[in-house]
Amino acid sequence: MFGYYLDLALRSLRRNKMLTALMVLAIALGIGASMTALTVLHVLSGDPLPDKSGSLYYVQVDPQDIKGIDPDKEPPYQVTLIDGLNLLRAARADHQALMTGGSVPVQPDQSSLDPFYVEARYTTADFFPMFDVPFLYGQGWTATEGEAKARDIVIAKSLNDKLFSGANSVGRTLRLAGVSFRVVGVLDSWQPNPHFYDLNTGSYAYGEDVFLPLQTMLQLRLDRGGSTDCWGNGGGGASGILPSDTCVWLQFWAQLDSPAKVTAYRDFLVHYSLDQKALGRFQRSPNVRLRNVMQWLDYNMVVPGDVRLQTWLAFGFLLVCLVNTVGLMLAKFMRRAGELGVRRALGASRRALFAQLLIESGVVGLVGGVGGLLLAMFGLWLVRQRPSDYAVLAHLDLSMLFTTFVLALCATLLAGLLPAWRACQIAPALQLKSN
Amino acid sequence: MDIFPILSTLRRHKLTAWLLILEIALTCAIVCNAVFLIGQRLQRMDMPSGVAEHELLQIQVADVTAPTNPYARLAEDVALLRQVPGVQSVASSNQVPFGTSSSNGNVSLDPAQPQRTLNATTYFGENLSPTLGTRLVSGRDLQSDDFVDVETAMKGLGTGDSKSLPHVTLITHTLAERLWPGQNPLGRIIYLTPTVGLRVVGVLDSLVRPNAFDAAKAQYTMVVPLRMGANKDQSYVIRTRPEDRANVLAAAIAALKKADPQRVVTTKRSFDEVRQKFFQDDRAMAGILAGVIAALLIVTALGIVGLASFWVAQRRRTIGVRRALGATRNDILRYFQTENFVLATVGIALGMALAFGINLFLMAHYELPRLPAIYFPVGALSLWLIGQIAVLGPALRAAAVPPVVATRSV
Repeated sequence: MFGYYLDLALRSLRRNKMLTALMVLAIALGIGASMTALTVLHVLSGDPLPDKSGSLYYVQVDPQDIKGIDPDKEPPYQVTLIDGLNLLRAARADHQALMTGGSVPVQPDQSSLDPFYVEARYTTADFFPMFDVPFLYGQGWTATEGEAKARDIVIAKSLNDKLFSGANSVGRTLRLAGVSFRVVGVLDSWQPNPHFYDLNTGSYAYGEDVFLPLQTMLQLRLDRGGSTDCWGNGGGGASGILPSDTCVWLQFWAQLDSPAKVTAYRDFLVHYSLDQKALGRFQRSPNVRLRNVMQWLDYNMVVPGDVRLQTWLAFGFLLVCLVNTVGLMLAKFMRRAGELGVRRALGASRRALFAQLLIESGVVGLVGGVGGLLLAMFGLWLVRQRPSDYAVLAHLDLSMLFTTFVLALCATLLAGLLPAWRACQIAPALQLKSN
Repeated sequence: MDIFPILSTLRRHKLTAWLLILEIALTCAIVCNAVFLIGQRLQRMDMPSGVAEHELLQIQVADVTAPTNPYARLAEDVALLRQVPGVQSVASSNQVPFGTSSSNGNVSLDPAQPQRTLNATTYFGENLSPTLGTRLVSGRDLQSDDFVDVETAMKGLGTGDSKSLPHVTLITHTLAERLWPGQNPLGRIIYLTPTVGLRVVGVLDSLVRPNAFDAAKAQYTMVVPLRMGANKDQSYVIRTRPEDRANVLAAAIAALKKADPQRVVTTKRSFDEVRQKFFQDDRAMAGILAGVIAALLIVTALGIVGLASFWVAQRRRTIGVRRALGATRNDILRYFQTENFVLATVGIALGMALAFGINLFLMAHYELPRLPAIYFPVGALSLWLIGQIAVLGPALRAAAVPPVVATRSV
């Protein structure tokens, strides 16, 4: 029966090629546009560390002076060096790391390579185990080595490929900013998107090439990038001058493995704030925040507003395309009222007619869906040609491929159900009589 | 033309007619808002910078090891660049208009006030206003004895020694009007911290901030006489004739590299490129919106063509009968045109309400202003027009149906 209905559907569709093409095109355009937009949104709002993001927390305390105090105000986005080091030494979390970013010049040994600048992350030792950073060779430095301001460095795979042709470079020497560093580890490809641990650098498709101990950076006064917020008489943060004590410029991350530990850590932060207030360093009453990775990304609204707007726009377009197709399909089915009346009169049940019409609209939806998939791939290719930082990430993954098919199926059913149902309501006798 | 026969016919095709109306309404609503959004983006991309954009170049160089005296290094570089043929003027600055990366300060008018008055960007650099080409509308420009080395100033900030801090500033006309509306800003004091009070000595016509994301605050700009040393965040700004830009840029880079082959050039571009990069997302978004508008109108127009063709084919016999009874070709043509007009009008009316609703939603989520009333008649006119164009073909085909059809059975 299915084969017969399919044959009928194809005949009917072939009878009016322009119209069939129009319906298929409308569905394909709608699905192509919405899948492109949805894929970009999906990629940008993804979880950078799916296995661990729930237990990683971004710490905020409020060391600002009393000026401009507002009880509902959030604490500063980052921490001061003093608070960062205090929290680090208190070591109340399962792992904790204090970090900031910058860029440093690399002076390759090879005379064929000119010096070049790379992005750097200055961090304490727990960074690597806490963020599950994969190593190709060697490992990170230890906390003791970090405290000792070791000239140790971990490099990214891309830099290792460039400088050491991908060989195991652990133990080799690398000159940065006029200082010799010893390579202790080489990372495997690693680029969490968004760049959750420091959003000042740009949120997407950003990765550091070198990682070195924060204490070493402080001693060598290496270049620092990112934002610096000061109050009172605070200043600095540019031109090789470290920000002063009343500036926030570092990120502090803590790993807390259970809800009880989260509560305990929040209490600890409140007590810490009270202690600092008693010492006279803090002037405000405790104002602390503890957000996990996804909460932190939500709070910072990392997904660009334009991308959300584009998604709304694309679904609006899909809706218009669907309404268009439903209208055309309905007109087409209604025009065949005579033919359907004859079939009914010859004994076809309403259900059989319904199945036949649904198969006809299903064919349109299926072809439109496949066309939409191709258009979505083309659309994503177009997105990748754009200059935005997130553009390179726009690729269709398995889950989005699946979503496309579900969307195409739903669109088909929506576009076919109403016309098919309406056409089945025709009274056969009336149709036969009018002819 | 009597529209009652049309209405009674449409009543027999209620569902199809409503679907067409819905499609027109949705298209109308989306198109109105999309055109409005494009207008917003274009307006933003037109934001004035206040500088001679077509005559400026930006260069950033980074040393591999920090120079022992960065201030001397910077002075040498500037002197070197002035020697390059075709260079009219050279400045060094910590930031450039539309350059994104910025230094900003909290402005207060009274050191004791609890909340800052506003946030303004701070340009640090010598010879800036003549090089950038921003006009001084009153007062004087910064002079070399106003300038303080940044490290000295930082120490002064720490110790509270006000002698080692800068004392004067230039501000934009917009900032002056915001701080002291209708008054003479010259001689007034702006506090960046409780101890850093800067006297306004000159007012600039216009100078946009590097981080001009909010158009209303784009001109909140100060120029502070802090002398920065050579470092990788410092920019050299070169003024030259528009046609000399490419040659001057190449010659300037060559001169800087010749002075020290070890240094790395991290930025070299014209200010046209700076603006281009700053507004690239707005340009892309405007393009996408234009594409969506075109696609929507085409899909809707084709939908109208399709439906009208069906109706014409379905009513061939009726048309034949009408023709046989004396209706002219024109009557038939006008019948289908009027039918489309009626459907479009209902669709547009619904679309207007929907457009208003979408605008309310966008206002709540994307900080957009209210949709100006002018967009409603424009949207209505364009959809009426598209409807009429789309229906013309099928209507002409209907008009061509010969009366003899009435005598044939289907």
